[in-house]
Amino acid sequence: MATMTKKKLVQWDPADVKAELLSKYPPKVARKRAKQIMINEALENETPEITANVRTTPGIITMRGCTYAGCKGVIMGPTRDFVNIVHGPIGCSFYAWLTRRNQTDPGSDGENYMPYCFSTDMQDSDIIFGGEKKLTQAIQEAYDQFHPKSISIFATCPVGLIGDDIHTVAKNMKEKFGDCNVFAFSCEGYKGVSQSAGHHIANNQIFRHVVGENNEEKPGKYKINLLGEYNIGGDGFEINRIFKKCGITNIATFSGNSTYDQFASCHTADLNVVMCHRSINYVADMLETKYGIPWIKINFIGSEATAKSLRKIAEYFGDKEFIDRVEAVITEEMPAVEAAREEILPRTEGKTAMLFVGGSRAHHYQELFKEMGMKIISAGYEFAHRDDYEGRQVLPHLKLDADSRNIEELKVTADETLYNPRKSPEEMKAMQEAGVKFKHYEGMAPDMDQGTLVIDDLNQYEAEKLVELLKPDLFCAGIKEKYSIQKLGVPMKQLHSYDSGGPYAGFKGAINFYHEIDRLVNSKVWSYMKAPWQENPQLSAAYVWE
Amino acid sequence: MLLRHTPKEITERKALVINPAKTCQPIGAMYAALGIHGCLPHSHGAQGCCAYHRSALTRHYKEPISASTSSFTEGASVFGGHSNLLQAINNIFTVYEPEVIAIHTTCLSETIGDDLKQIRTKAQKEGKIPAGKYVFGASTPSYVGSHVTGFSNMVKAMTEFAESTGKKNGKVNIIPGWVEPADMEEIKRMAKLTGVKSILFPDTSGVLNTPLTGEYKMFPDGGTTVAELKSTGDSVGTLALGEWCSADAAIELDKKNKVPCKVLDMPFGLKATDRFVDALRKIAGVTVSDELALERGQLVDMISDMHEYFYHKKVALVGDPDQLIAMTEFLVSIDICPVHIITGTPGKKFEKRIREITRDMPFEVNVKAKGDMFLLHQWIKNDPVDLLMGNTYCKYIARDEDVPLVRWGFPILDRQGHQYFPTVGYKGGLRLLEKILAALLDRKDRDDPEIKFELIL
Ligand code: SF4
Ligand code: SF4
Repeated sequence: MATMTKKKLVQWDPADVKAELLSKYPPKVARKRAKQIMINEALENETPEITANVRTTPGIITMRGCTYAGCKGVIMGPTRDFVNIVHGPIGCSFYAWLTRRNQTDPGSDGENYMPYCFSTDMQDSDIIFGGEKKLTQAIQEAYDQFHPKSISIFATCPVGLIGDDIHTVAKNMKEKFGDCNVFAFSCEGYKGVSQSAGHHIANNQIFRHVVGENNEEKPGKYKINLLGEYNIGGDGFEINRIFKKCGITNIATFSGNSTYDQFASCHTADLNVVMCHRSINYVADMLETKYGIPWIKINFIGSEATAKSLRKIAEYFGDKEFIDRVEAVITEEMPAVEAAREEILPRTEGKTAMLFVGGSRAHHYQELFKEMGMKIISAGYEFAHRDDYEGRQVLPHLKLDADSRNIEELKVTADETLYNPRKSPEEMKAMQEAGVKFKHYEGMAPDMDQGTLVIDDLNQYEAEKLVELLKPDLFCAGIKEKYSIQKLGVPMKQLHSYDSGGPYAGFKGAINFYHEIDRLVNSKVWSYMKAPWQENPQLSAAYVWE
Repeated sequence: MLLRHTPKEITERKALVINPAKTCQPIGAMYAALGIHGCLPHSHGAQGCCAYHRSALTRHYKEPISASTSSFTEGASVFGGHSNLLQAINNIFTVYEPEVIAIHTTCLSETIGDDLKQIRTKAQKEGKIPAGKYVFGASTPSYVGSHVTGFSNMVKAMTEFAESTGKKNGKVNIIPGWVEPADMEEIKRMAKLTGVKSILFPDTSGVLNTPLTGEYKMFPDGGTTVAELKSTGDSVGTLALGEWCSADAAIELDKKNKVPCKVLDMPFGLKATDRFVDALRKIAGVTVSDELALERGQLVDMISDMHEYFYHKKVALVGDPDQLIAMTEFLVSIDICPVHIITGTPGKKFEKRIREITRDMPFEVNVKAKGDMFLLHQWIKNDPVDLLMGNTYCKYIARDEDVPLVRWGFPILDRQGHQYFPTVGYKGGLRLLEKILAALLDRKDRDDPEIKFELIL
């Protein structure tokens, strides 16, 4: 199978593109994929339905990873003072070792286990006779060697099958140590259909075992938690820089550059702001139910989006002084952003891009591309659910399939002593009337143009076809997709780990991103595909000097 | 400090591996399978393993790595992955149209006990394997051995193709082991220079070092063809490079097709390359070409020219057994002293071989199979070295301990060149020396006080 993007871009009808994408599949696969490819009509709140969060078809080369990757890699990966032990054969732990570009600042306590990789390295005898003994011993050794605040255990595929009771092992060790919180995640890779299940398992356990452990009042007037920000390329650092300037105290980031104590005291914040809706919206819900902290959706990708998000936070606290300070910060930050934007705009305007990534970035990054005058012609998520595409209003209509039923939903009620609604019902009502939207997310589709293609769980074959047919100027996805796209002569930007560089969040991040995309779409390298003799192969005669 | 929690004091660990010096079988199987022309590696398990292996190989090669997965969910994990695999085979041949599917198992499918051969027979019966196309596979449970074992198992499985027609083909099979595409290319060149007709398998050159032309070939031009694999049964003999990576396949060919074999070390450095060339020469009954003799002489020349900078330098090494054995021998042969040597891959023989090679060295040697990089780091803290050689993960140790690092092995995630410039053979030896010297002398130029700073080294 060889593909060339030599054809000139013809005006494709989206329905034809869809038909073309499906044409080679066996009928059963084609039927299934047809439901995951939606031609966007962008009608306010009337987006047609898309199928998402369903199994990937065996044999189809997917972009997705597993539940373990979502749990250990994404959520727990950037927590620096936990010793994260992977219980399983060596590979699962090895591949999740430093490969996600989460930046970390070891802080004043200096605890940082992120450059380390811990595994029980199960052997065949452990598979046959059970691995609990080895796990117990490994936890003991980790404790003796490092004396961390917390040790967490991750189950990989074989562990679930052989029936190791990791939770009991963890509980026993926690009791034994007394000064180290040990708990476990049943995040075997076969559970659920994608990383998304792993996010949920990770967050549930953090909520169950860590949140609420430290009731100490933290100093600060405007206290929030930033949920669903993973500090890839230092995004979280840039956001915290802006928070600090505005006078916002970030109690806990879930989970970029996070610490045990941040999770333990997050219930002392007064507002939750949700960045990645997919990986964490349920934590926001639980924090509201149990502790009375309301949540709003924000987005710090894009300078306008950043300004808007800061204003939302200020509006929530409603303090004039604070609102003014936020405005002053925006006024101070924006000129540099504007100058950078004006510089690159002539070179990026009108260019086209496709985004297939994650559970929120395919939406968030559209903001930045818009600022650069670029058009998104197709986008989709790797592991999102319908609400991430169509908005939270579809939530009551979501059907629970067998795979989703496997993932625990924590039952949470108001905490007897700690529940404290931050705003009275009247205040909430007044704010809502004034336009503040709590627990609200519209999803990606309404923000996309009519006739664009929204595609869930895009695979390698479809990606290649899309590029061949629609010839975008830029394609964004992950590392596995990077080089097959670039072989076609189309630049590809990783939006999971950013390849290199970052931050892209906040104001400084926007400037970085403008320059990065300018570099990519205007790099001279894309003009070197053909050698001069391939472009002009005619010869006049042999050995003639011209 | 990056590895700030690593203490100098060493305490014994029985259960906890910290900073592994190995990874799991399937990634080796996947790499090996990519060395067959028109082959799609398939991971029989949940989809995470495949995603991880593809990502790791992609980061190392900066090339597209196509591989599919059976995408197990809970049901498949309970009832077995038969139907997932049958469905996958059908989808793969319909959508991607490879010549061959090379299936490897994962911890999950192994623990369940899926039988690949049985599933293949079923696929055949159901007509899911088109005429002229092939499905084969290897069992690669990661709770046994390491990525090296997986590579070896997949290469061994390739011998299934070998046919004995009764008529010899006049060729020598060369099994290169887990080396870079550039190394495979170089091994072929050396065989050709010696006048030996060879079949190299697997062969990732032309697969994982492809050009950028605006065209994407899911199945690039390189790789050992199925026809060649079939023909390996008619070869006059097999040279297996590396006991861990290649011996099993060679022995299997011997057993199955009566193709005699010789197991050699991987041709890294002077002496191992000498043995390789000598073996080639004897099998073919030819005189070694002047060209190769010249290359050898150049390598010897560089060793002599720069010997003062090698002499009694202490080195720490981490990597895979076959590579480490050859490298240790090379370093010892130029009077560099490897003092700490670690592989994560199990095998008692490894420690024995290293002890033999380093027997007459003036320094004591720490060596461990089934070791990890945490221990290596502790050894370095206790007995500092002048140079560290290993994969990219070593850079955390190198920075903390301020030791120069030569990147060599798998994975290399932060530098380029390994897929283009060989380190095997005499030419490769020159490149290794160039790298080692650059690391040592850059350090000397950085550290020498001004009055001792010199123009000519
Ligand atoms: S479960 Fe998968 S990634 Fe983990 S060690 Fe086994 S094969 Fe490797
Ligand atoms: S074994 Fe399971 S947990 Fe490990 S990488 Fe594979 S799918 Fe994920």
